[in-house]
Amino acid sequence: MQRIGVFVCWCGSNIAATVDVQAVSDALAKEPGVVYSTNYQYMCSEAGQNMIKNAIKEYNLTGVVVCSCSPRMHEATFRKTVAAAGLNPYMLEVANIREQCSWIHKDKEAGTEKAIVLGRTAIAKVQLNAPLQAGESPVVKRALVIGGGIAGIQTALDIAEAGFDVDIVEKNPTIGGKMTQIDKTFPTLDCAACILTPKMVDCAQNEKIHIYSYSEVESVKGFVGNFTVSIKKKARYVDENKCTGCGECTTKCPMKNVPNEFNLGMDNRRAIYIPFAQAVPKVATIDPNYCNMLKNGKCGLCAKVCGAGAIDYKQQDQIVEEKYGAIVVATGYNPIKLDKFDEFGYSLSKDVITSLEFERLTNAAGPTSGTLLRPSDGKHPHTIVFVQCVGSRDTSGCGKPYCSKICCMYTAKHAMLTREKYPDTDVYVFYIDVRSPGKNYDEFYRRAVEQYGVHYIKGMVGKVAPRADGKIMVQASDLLADEQLHIEADLVVLAAAIEPDKSARPLATMLTASMDTNDFFTEAHAKLRPVESPTAGIFLSGACQGPKDIPDTVSQASAAAAKVIGLLVKDKLTTNPCVAQSNEMMCNGCSSCERVCPYGAITYVDKEFRMPDRTTRVRRVASVNPAVCQGCGACTVACPSGAMDLKGFSNSQIMAEVDAICQMK
Amino acid sequence: MNNEMMKEQVIRMSGVNPLKCMRCGKCSGTCPSYDEMEYHPHQFVYMVEKGEIDKLMASPSIYKCLSCFACVERCPRDVEPAKLVEAIRLMVVRQQGQNHLKANEIPALLDNDLPQQALVTAFRKYTK
Repeated sequence: MQRIGVFVCWCGSNIAATVDVQAVSDALAKEPGVVYSTNYQYMCSEAGQNMIKNAIKEYNLTGVVVCSCSPRMHEATFRKTVAAAGLNPYMLEVANIREQCSWIHKDKEAGTEKAIVLGRTAIAKVQLNAPLQAGESPVVKRALVIGGGIAGIQTALDIAEAGFDVDIVEKNPTIGGKMTQIDKTFPTLDCAACILTPKMVDCAQNEKIHIYSYSEVESVKGFVGNFTVSIKKKARYVDENKCTGCGECTTKCPMKNVPNEFNLGMDNRRAIYIPFAQAVPKVATIDPNYCNMLKNGKCGLCAKVCGAGAIDYKQQDQIVEEKYGAIVVATGYNPIKLDKFDEFGYSLSKDVITSLEFERLTNAAGPTSGTLLRPSDGKHPHTIVFVQCVGSRDTSGCGKPYCSKICCMYTAKHAMLTREKYPDTDVYVFYIDVRSPGKNYDEFYRRAVEQYGVHYIKGMVGKVAPRADGKIMVQASDLLADEQLHIEADLVVLAAAIEPDKSARPLATMLTASMDTNDFFTEAHAKLRPVESPTAGIFLSGACQGPKDIPDTVSQASAAAAKVIGLLVKDKLTTNPCVAQSNEMMCNGCSSCERVCPYGAITYVDKEFRMPDRTTRVRRVASVNPAVCQGCGACTVACPSGAMDLKGFSNSQIMAEVDAICQMK
Repeated sequence: MNNEMMKEQVIRMSGVNPLKCMRCGKCSGTCPSYDEMEYHPHQFVYMVEKGEIDKLMASPSIYKCLSCFACVERCPRDVEPAKLVEAIRLMVVRQQGQNHLKANEIPALLDNDLPQQALVTAFRKYTK
């Protein structure tokens, strides 16, 4: 029988207001094996921890139960406390009487009763606890960054700066991401390319950084410190090492009418292309959907003009396998599709565009070389209407329920720059709320109103109807004037909501990293661990975690890098001793556990067993690699003969807990 | 019946929760009858929330709504302003002698382009 001490925490009034803590410690004192029971205002404080340490020594405790907050909060704290008093840290159990009891109940009597049951459950488990020893696993000193936008670039540069190798996997032919398509950046209006391209070049030149461009992550195995990742290098039909990026092929290719995704389809590129002048790596890529040579075997012009002999029509997708200690997700965002918003007429007129398209129309490398012209007829627009919150803050099911965060500021930027360059233009911005918190942000928005004379109107556009004469009728409400407005516009710009990139969901499955209902990656703690996924060794950078502008993205990217560096500097990680083990006498060799194990920790071995009649027999039995096992428990559920058990969460411990809950008073 | 009770009844009849409104004004931005109305769709939502049912019941706006449901279709928060207009109109016509359309008024209103269907609809909307 264990000698158990019970420590009930008040958590100030967090627990004590809804749970009679004295009654709980009194009731639990009567449980079998409990030799000491008390309560205290803050068990996690130094005084509270000293109470535990002193009681362990004074009463020769062999097991400790702390009734307090969730073990996610303070299990580690109390494990250290009992270890300091000479007890094995795994002889501690935490009964969660805060998140799962006091916070969710109002009735003190019922709350107290439930807290007693939860405490009794933990006592029943501790009775069966056995000391466990944590092992060690090595750390591969290399990081993987998935996504090569500004988030991934910044994270990679910071990790490389600390001296660790880092690989960037980017699905597009060049790194740079969305920021390459943006013209100017708020609130200082410096040119996006001018501040981004030096960082892209730094990545390419840094010998610690390896860029896998035009590549995708195929599969991820392993665990923190020891991931094995398969990367698919898609065939670009050009030898990256030979191509000099001269661009001769991209001027000679006869397939001239391929929609150019870099300019969002507003102009065309060739079938062989370099996305833009500052691309990194500056290597041509053949688009297999349009290349005549690849489709029909006719043409081959690019191979003829290539002085470097880099064209290789026979190139195949290539799978590379690499080992990493940490993985950073930086998969970014995309504007949503607007097909559910017919009222804004996006599909009806070329002159109804998204804000990202507007960026391209004002960018010197864009389809109009930076002159703001209507996509339909190439004329200067004189009246421009900007519509905010298109699909953001939308709970009707057509859009996204969240605020996309960046639109207020970039719309202020667009409106301001338009008035600056073309003062004869009338610019209207329809807003629901202008959200401009941040350093120099509100000042920026006010400048658009006060200095540049942008008409900010509180209200929403209800209808956009293109007219035969090329004008676009905009019907909207002006709530403050209580009027309905009818504006004849030349150009309508929609601030479309942003959503996580489509690649994020399958990637989250591969990484066993959790996501919210909007497909944004969930952080380990919304406030205190914002750049870590709850899955150990997976870190989050940029808009894959939530809508973010460039300054926020860069801050978070560096924060994620700091966390990665903190992991990679360690030579060894302490492993979780709560791993599976197989009772070989009971194992029937069915392989069920091997099939369900997500970490590949279970193998089968042939082993000799002595039989009762003194003969020996070779049987096939499961064997768990404790360094690889993450203690998820899937195998214990799958095992039909009950041979598989999880240390620290054994079947008998869990049944004892269930019995304790079901036990009547 | 006081305004507070009427507000409860309007909310129950319409199934609308005016608190979901984020005051974007898209309903009024899309309303084809806007210029005909004294109180506009977004004001219906806000005035119901404030409990000003008597003002709405006395306003001719409740007969100007075409029930085209454009506001319902386009509301980003699923508030359904037209259902509030409908509920307030019902609050009025359900009172004794408050039918908005009487059978003997029909001949004067008839014109050759008016479809039969419109008459039926009008009776459904404006009479008990």
